[in-house]
Amino acid sequence: MSEADAAWIGDPHALRVIATTALLGASSGAIGTMLTLRSRALVGDAVGHSTLPGLAGASLAGIALGGTGRELWLLMPGATVGACMGIACVHALQRVLRMSADAAMAVTLGTLFGLGVALLSVVQQAPGGHQAGLDGLLVGRAATLVTSDLLACAALAAMTLALFAICGRDLRALAFDEPFARMVGRPVPALSALVSAVVVCAIVAGTHAVGLVLVVALLVMPATAARMLSDRYTTVVAASAALGALGAAAGTVASATLPGLATGPLIVIACAGILAVSVAVRHSRGTRRSVS
Amino acid sequence: MTGGGDRSARADAAQRPALEVLDLSVRYGARQAIAGCTFHVPRGSIAGILGPNGSGKTTLLKACLGLLPAESGSALFGGQAISSCRRDVAYMPQRESVDWDFPISALDVVSMGAHVRTGWLGLRARAARRIALHEMSKLGIAELASRPVGALSGGQQQRVFLARALAQGASTYVMDEPLASVDAASAQVVIDALREMRHAGRTVIMVHHDLEMARGLFDWGVLLAGRVVSAGPIGDVMSESNLRAAYGGRLVMVGASTAAGAEHVGS
Repeated sequence: MSEADAAWIGDPHALRVIATTALLGASSGAIGTMLTLRSRALVGDAVGHSTLPGLAGASLAGIALGGTGRELWLLMPGATVGACMGIACVHALQRVLRMSADAAMAVTLGTLFGLGVALLSVVQQAPGGHQAGLDGLLVGRAATLVTSDLLACAALAAMTLALFAICGRDLRALAFDEPFARMVGRPVPALSALVSAVVVCAIVAGTHAVGLVLVVALLVMPATAARMLSDRYTTVVAASAALGALGAAAGTVASATLPGLATGPLIVIACAGILAVSVAVRHSRGTRRSVS
Repeated sequence: MTGGGDRSARADAAQRPALEVLDLSVRYGARQAIAGCTFHVPRGSIAGILGPNGSGKTTLLKACLGLLPAESGSALFGGQAISSCRRDVAYMPQRESVDWDFPISALDVVSMGAHVRTGWLGLRARAARRIALHEMSKLGIAELASRPVGALSGGQQQRVFLARALAQGASTYVMDEPLASVDAASAQVVIDALREMRHAGRTVIMVHHDLEMARGLFDWGVLLAGRVVSAGPIGDVMSESNLRAAYGGRLVMVGASTAAGAEHVGS
């Protein structure tokens, strides 16, 4: 029986798990605005799915080294390598082969996720290979988050906060008008790399809590909801972080209370609820802005 | 002449034209967008980059600014490569180049230009806002400062972009169709601002598609058709033979009005 099969809200670890997913939600929400505001939301999906070949490859390496193939110290670097591969792939398809952004993201997602699924079946057939260790990463298994995960998510949140605190104006200029930022001599490639690095970290951390299939939702839904609530960039970023934390915490509590339900889907459903409320709020205000 | 030392080099730079383009070519894959463009724009002029659709006007500007890789050739602003004089050259892109639905106020967009002068860490945010508001009031959009840019009309958005360029305090302004799909009132504000800039000794280089108003607006012209057909004082450039060479049989369509495409006005 896996940990997700019983209600664990009463566990002493519950608070730690909720804090971990809330920090993850806040970081993903904030950095997610850099994707949605640049119409690059699907990058999150492509990169999320790209972690699978990395995870499966790391698992194979673990088995080859005589382990169980479930060692986190191998899986997380594997996921990071996969995510970086995904970002590099989207970039290369767009810049080198001049594909449109949506095609590049779809091709990346399909190819790398397909590769990952293929590798996963190899892992399952390998002697000593446990599928159970990896399918938790598909839909998330927050119940198993430990103190090191909490620290990792706290570091992610600190990194995200520092990025926006120090480079907020630059990020806003980059998101609104990249050619302008380049023209006036801002370090656009470095800034883009920093944003990508935080996105990758958020996704890798997200595979553990939300699962790699749904991690895009945590990047995109709070940011979209926040956009409904404000016309100011700073407010949108802050609100997105708050809504991400709220959705992640609410989903985790629900998962801890309702036996047998995985955390990832519940977090996404909570975020969808928040988005629905935000849309309703926007419409009730009767703003003149058309959502395009 | 070389070897005159720093001082004469600086004096030389001050006397160099605002823009010198030498043998500039840009290729998109198999398609030659512009080939062997050579011309200059004198300081303190309002120069129009003219030519039919697809003649490479925007490509030429972007290649000069280093936003597109050039296949060959060079562009110098006041004798310097763009990479070493970014603060002194302000670029105003086509209005369609950004998503106006972005959550940002008009004042914050204009402040971006001011940050080029005051720094990006926000230590002098108040100074940046003051510069921005000053430029906005000159263009009659100060009262729109706190509005989200998505709520502005096309002409107002264009003025926001112009104010951002002005807030940079550059000496050369490169603009891509600043008068495109702008209502008549906004067009007049923009034109007055351009003349004001010339009066202050600044140089304006802009892409423009409306030949009818070119003679009255520009004092220098560069006529393009994949290559430079003619460059010089606007009267010489707009000779019938030059226009025929650039536009061919399409010359009959001269006269698209700038007042066309007046935008909705947000309220």
